Amino acid sequence: MFDGYTTSELMSIFAMQGFAGLSLFSVFVLMALGLAIIFGQMGVINMAHGEFMILGAYTTYLVSGFFQSVLPGLFGGYFFVAIIIAFLICAALGAFIEWAMIRHLYRRPLDTLLATWGLSLIMQQTYRSIFGAREVGVELPEWMMGAIQVTDLVELPINGLFVMIIALSIALGVYLLMYRSGWGKKVRAVVQNRPMAEAVGINSAGVDRMTFALGCGIAGIAGAAFTMIGSTGPSSGQAYIVDTFLVVVFGGAQSLIGTIVSAFGISQAQSTMEFFLSGSMAKVLTLLVVVGILMLRPEGLMALKVRR
Amino acid sequence: MKNTSPLKWFASREGLYYLALALLLVVILPLALDPFRLNMVGKYLTYAFVAIGLVMCWGKAGILSLGQGVFFGLGGYCMAMFLKLEASTPEATAIQSTPGIPDFMDWNQLTELPWFWEPFHSFSFTLLAIVGVPVLLAFIIGFAMFTRRVGGVYFAIITQAIAAILTILIIGQQGYTGGVNGITDLQTLMGWDIRTDEAKTILYFVCVGLLFVCLFVARFVQNRKLGRILVAMNAQENRVRFSGYDVAAFKIFVFCLAAAFAGIGGALFTLIVGFMSPSFIGIVASIEMVIFCALGGRLSILGAVYGALLVNAAKSGFSESFPELWPFAMGALFIGVVLAFPNGLAGLYQTYVMPLEDRLFKRKPKAAVSAPAKPAPAARQDEGRDYDPMLDQYSPEKS
Repeated sequence: MFDGYTTSELMSIFAMQGFAGLSLFSVFVLMALGLAIIFGQMGVINMAHGEFMILGAYTTYLVSGFFQSVLPGLFGGYFFVAIIIAFLICAALGAFIEWAMIRHLYRRPLDTLLATWGLSLIMQQTYRSIFGAREVGVELPEWMMGAIQVTDLVELPINGLFVMIIALSIALGVYLLMYRSGWGKKVRAVVQNRPMAEAVGINSAGVDRMTFALGCGIAGIAGAAFTMIGSTGPSSGQAYIVDTFLVVVFGGAQSLIGTIVSAFGISQAQSTMEFFLSGSMAKVLTLLVVVGILMLRPEGLMALKVRR
Repeated sequence: MKNTSPLKWFASREGLYYLALALLLVVILPLALDPFRLNMVGKYLTYAFVAIGLVMCWGKAGILSLGQGVFFGLGGYCMAMFLKLEASTPEATAIQSTPGIPDFMDWNQLTELPWFWEPFHSFSFTLLAIVGVPVLLAFIIGFAMFTRRVGGVYFAIITQAIAAILTILIIGQQGYTGGVNGITDLQTLMGWDIRTDEAKTILYFVCVGLLFVCLFVARFVQNRKLGRILVAMNAQENRVRFSGYDVAAFKIFVFCLAAAFAGIGGALFTLIVGFMSPSFIGIVASIEMVIFCALGGRLSILGAVYGALLVNAAKSGFSESFPELWPFAMGALFIGVVLAFPNGLAGLYQTYVMPLEDRLFKRKPKAAVSAPAKPAPAARQDEGRDYDPMLDQYSPEKS
C-alpha cells in the first residue's frame, strides 16, 4: 500500500495523519480512563459508559446555551463551568446507579454487562425524547477557534489541541489520585485483595461507589470535551463503546499507562491507515490486529502482576 | 432417556411441555394467524435457534458470547449468496453491463464473480457452508481463546468486537457483499418460488421442524454426561480441570454447537424474510439475542423458544404502535431480567405455575421417590424424579 510514495512524502503523510489521529486519541483516552477505572477496580463492564459521556456533552450544550442567553459576557469561560457541572452530574448519576443496580451484581460480571446495556438503551431513548434525534453542537468560544501553524504543511486546530491537553491533564490527575493519594491506596488495596483490604478496615463498598462515581464523572468530562470537536446525538456514545473497550482490554485492564499507550497505538494505527485504505477497511484492520493480539496475549499490553 | 420408550416420554412431564410447544407451533398458530403473521412468527422462530445455542453456551457453560449475530449472519449470508446467484441468471440480468453476476456487483463495476462466490452455485455446498462456516469461525475463536483460558467478560468483549468487525467489513465491501442494503431481491430456491404465501407457510413448517431437531440435539447434549460437565465447568471450572477434563475442549465444543444452531437459524431467516443485511448481525442485534435467552430462562432450552417469540412479538407490537417506547421496554427488560428474575420465565414458571399444576393433577411429586419401589440400578430412570424446567432436566434422585 506504500507504492508510489517517496520516503519524504510518506514521512509528511505520517505526520499529518498522526496529528489527525490525536483528536481520536484524546476521545479514546478520556473515555477509556473512566472505563478502565471501573473495570480495573470492580471487574464491572459498564456498557452505558458512552451514554454517560453523552450526558456530559448535553450538559455542556445546556450550559453553553445558558451562558449565551444569560451571561454573554462570560461566554469565553463557559467551558470550564461546563466541565465541572458535567463531572458532578455524571458522578451523581453514577453513584445512584451503583447503589440501585451495580452493587447487587458484583458477583455476576456478565449480568452487569446486560443490565448496563439495558440502562444505555433507556438513557439513549431519554436523550432522544428530550433533545430530539438530531445532533446538536455547541458554539465554540472565540479563543478556541483557529489553528496554530507549525510548519507550512502541518497546522494544529486549537480546539483539538485543547481537548488533548484536557485528556492528558485528566490522565495525570487520575494518576496522582490513584498512586499518590490515600484514597487511591485504598482503591488499589481493594483491587489486589478485597478480603484483606476489608480486614484492615477499608470500607470496600464505599470505595466501590466512589470509584464508579469517579469513572462516570470522567465520562462526563469526556463528553464535555467531545462537544469541542464534534456534535452530539443520542447514539453518539454507542459508536465509541466497542473501540473503547478494546482500548481498555488491550492496554491491560488495571494499568493506567497501558490504557494510554493502547489508546495512542490504536488511534494512530487507525488514522494512518485511513490515508492509504478506505475508512472502513482501516478500522477493520485495526480491530482485527487488536483482537488477534488479544487472542495471543489475553492479559493485554501491560498487565498487573497479582497472584490470584 | 435410554430406558424409557418414546411413548412413555411423551406422557412424562417434560414430554408434555414439548408436546405443548409442538401443539402451539404446529396447530394453534397456523390456524389462528393469516399467512403474513405466520411468516412473522417464522422469523421470530429463526431467532429461537440462536437462543437455544445461547442457553447451551451461556446458561449451561457460562460463556457469554455477544457475537452470536456473526454466526447467524454467516449462515444467512451463505443462503443469500446461493439464492442471489440463482436469481442472477444471464437471462434475468441481461440489461447489466456484465450479465450473470448479482446486480449490486454490476452497480459497483465488478466484471466477474469473486472467487468466494463461485462455490455457492452448488446447493449441497451451500448447505454445508451454512453450518460449516459458522462452526469453523467459532472453532478458530474458541481455540484461540479457550486454550489460553480467556473467559468471562474478556470473551464477551472480544466476540462483540468481532461482530463489529464483520459488520463494518460487510458494509465497507459493497461490491462483494451488497453493502448496507445486504443481499436483496431473492426469488427462488432450486426453481421454487419462495415469495408466495404457500411457500412461506411451507417454510414456516420447515423452520418448526428444524427447531425441534435442534431442541432435541440440545436436550441430548444436556442430559448426557457432557451436559453435566458443562454445568459443572460453569460453577467450578478448576475442579473440573483438576478432575482431568480438558475444559477448553468442552468450551470449544459448546461454542461451536451454538454457532451451528445460529447458522441454521440465519439461513432460515434469509429464506423466510427474503433478504439478508448487516443490520441483523451487528452489535445491537447480537446483544438482543442474549435477551431472548435471558427472558426465557438462561438454563431452559424450551424457555429460549418462548423468550425469542415473546420479545420479538413485543418488539413488533411496540414498533407498530409506540416506536418511541420500545427502547424503554427493552432496557427495562434487560435490567429487570438480570436484577429481579435471573432465571427468566422458566424460573417463574417453576416457582408459581408448577405447584398449581401439581395441585390440579393431584400429583404428589415427592411420593414416588419416597416409596423405595426400585433399588439403585434404576437410577437413570426419570419416573418419580422432579422435572426441573429451570435446569431443564430431572433433579438428581434423592436418597
